Amino acid sequence: MKRISGTSRALIAAVALSLAVVSAASAEPLMMNGAGATFPYPLYSKWFYEYSNANPGVKFNYQSIGSGGGIKQITAGTVNFGATDAPMTEEGMKKLPGAILHIPTALGAVVPVYNLDGVPAGLKLTPDVLAGIFLGKITRWNDPKIAEQNKAVTLPNADIVVAHRSDGSGTTDIFTNYLAAVNTEWRAKIGHGKAVNWPVGIGGKGNEGVAGVVKQTPGALGYVELAYAKQNKMKVAALRNREGNFVSPTLEATSAAAAGVAKSMPANFRVSLVDAPGKESWPISGLTWLLVYKDQKDEARGKAMVQFLKWAVKDGQKMEAALDYAALPKDVAEKVDKALKQITFKGKSLY
Amino acid sequence: MAARSGKISKDLLFEKASAFFASLVLFLAVLLFAVLLQESIPALRKFGASFLVTGTWDPVLEKFGALPFIYGTLVSSFLALLIAVPLSVGAAIFINEFAPPWLKAPVSLLAELLAAIPSVIYGLWGIFVLVPILRDVFMKPLTNYLGWIPLFKGPVYGPSMLAAGVLLAIMIIPFILSVSREVLATVPQRQKKAVLSLGGTRWEMLRIVIGQHCLPGIFGATILGLGRALGETMAVTMVIGNRPEIFASLFQQGYSMAAVIANEFAEAGGLQLSSLVLIGLLLMLVTLVVNLAANRILSKMVARASRGI
Repeated sequence: MKRISGTSRALIAAVALSLAVVSAASAEPLMMNGAGATFPYPLYSKWFYEYSNANPGVKFNYQSIGSGGGIKQITAGTVNFGATDAPMTEEGMKKLPGAILHIPTALGAVVPVYNLDGVPAGLKLTPDVLAGIFLGKITRWNDPKIAEQNKAVTLPNADIVVAHRSDGSGTTDIFTNYLAAVNTEWRAKIGHGKAVNWPVGIGGKGNEGVAGVVKQTPGALGYVELAYAKQNKMKVAALRNREGNFVSPTLEATSAAAAGVAKSMPANFRVSLVDAPGKESWPISGLTWLLVYKDQKDEARGKAMVQFLKWAVKDGQKMEAALDYAALPKDVAEKVDKALKQITFKGKSLY
Repeated sequence: MAARSGKISKDLLFEKASAFFASLVLFLAVLLFAVLLQESIPALRKFGASFLVTGTWDPVLEKFGALPFIYGTLVSSFLALLIAVPLSVGAAIFINEFAPPWLKAPVSLLAELLAAIPSVIYGLWGIFVLVPILRDVFMKPLTNYLGWIPLFKGPVYGPSMLAAGVLLAIMIIPFILSVSREVLATVPQRQKKAVLSLGGTRWEMLRIVIGQHCLPGIFGATILGLGRALGETMAVTMVIGNRPEIFASLFQQGYSMAAVIANEFAEAGGLQLSSLVLIGLLLMLVTLVVNLAANRILSKMVARASRGI
């Protein structure tokens, strides 16, 4: 009997101790939980770090589980915010418990990369040539359709080895969206999505997998994120955009794509930037979004979220270039800032 | 009396507790099966048996079939066995019977160390080292001279069914090797000496000993390796080319069941997700069937071996 009471005394002490820990924790900063896209993860990490340093009252916990996962989590309400590289579908939005805002935070670009001895970076490709290659119709590097645009270079008589992502990915979504936008055959036969039924090619897992195949295989052509191509010094192709200019993928050219659609930017920001108008626009660009409910359930959290987002579209934008992300054009950032007024708690704006 | 009853209740407690843990394993297996089945119902309803025999994998049109994945899993695994079994058994015989004592320990240690390397490392090594070597030294010359044989038909890119098979072989060698060594070590010295003293050569001694005594054990080791090969995910997906199509040529790309789940699960939803779970269920069944068949063969072999002795 005595022994048991000893145990229970220890138990009570343990419970009391853990209660003390919990109450100490409640005095700690507000923890904002988020989950979603992997593409903007390095940028968000930097933002959360800088923002929490300046505002010690708020801390962030972000799990980069993929866009699909982010949408699932915010739909289930297990996180305060989600993040995605592809806008939510109408069908997906119907499943939500309340209205949601898509808040653009940065721009990404997808670029064709290749491995071809004796051919420098900047090989010129037209939309139809790129689609033809990925459809398996153009199979050799010295095909007249490629040579026509590249008279200055000698193209080898070699097989084109197509490389694509094997995992479901926002990068593939943007890339296939582009091919579907510029090529009717691609649109009819393949369509677009995070994973598609590729007519040809080798699948690599992740950007690193595609880069691995391209680097190791002479004659390979694949697509990766701009930042990945830059950091790995891969040969990047130039693409002919909608205005007929051949542009090389840069951060400026990516921002130009958003500027190109700025005037026609819908109020909900759910817009595709592929094949965007504008002389300097890189045609395979896309926005990445944070997903936040319009009607916030917790005033303190809602307020903190809005404050952070205001900071992100203004001060945060200055950190993008250093991390190889393209910043939102100024007029788009201003539009986004205004849209933050829609976030409310019990009908009252938290802006 | 009191002490004794206390002892009995402790025994009883231990018995019940261990029974509980044992049933937990069973419960987990049943639960796993039930959840896989439940989640795959939409795909089962939509595709039925055609899922097993069709080869389209189109997430956009939501048309799914598992045949190329089943094919890829089985072919890459058996290819691995084809390479790994002779190598490992040969190495086991060498280490146990022929190697000088100073060589035994380092060779077996290094071989067993292979088992400790994470599979993603094997995959990266596969992309950057194995695939280029296989492509330039083995596949290209073979296609040039023997390309008329469907098995060696080009074009040669590198990532392929063959690359997956070779990489898997390297990964399962330590398992087959160490079990084979244990099996060889169980042969009584007297039997070996008896063969030799009757005038048999070392080769005859080994042939008789292995044929009579070790075959079931080596077969068991092979099954262990096969089990590992069937379920291997990361390394395979990095070198197989991830193409859901069936080619006769080993130099063309393929896909495996575990690889497609790992690739697409995170971003899948709806029917695609359900189809992936169904592939998971099929992988479980394939593994089960292979293991059951192996067990049957094994018990027959054991019976024959014990009759022989």
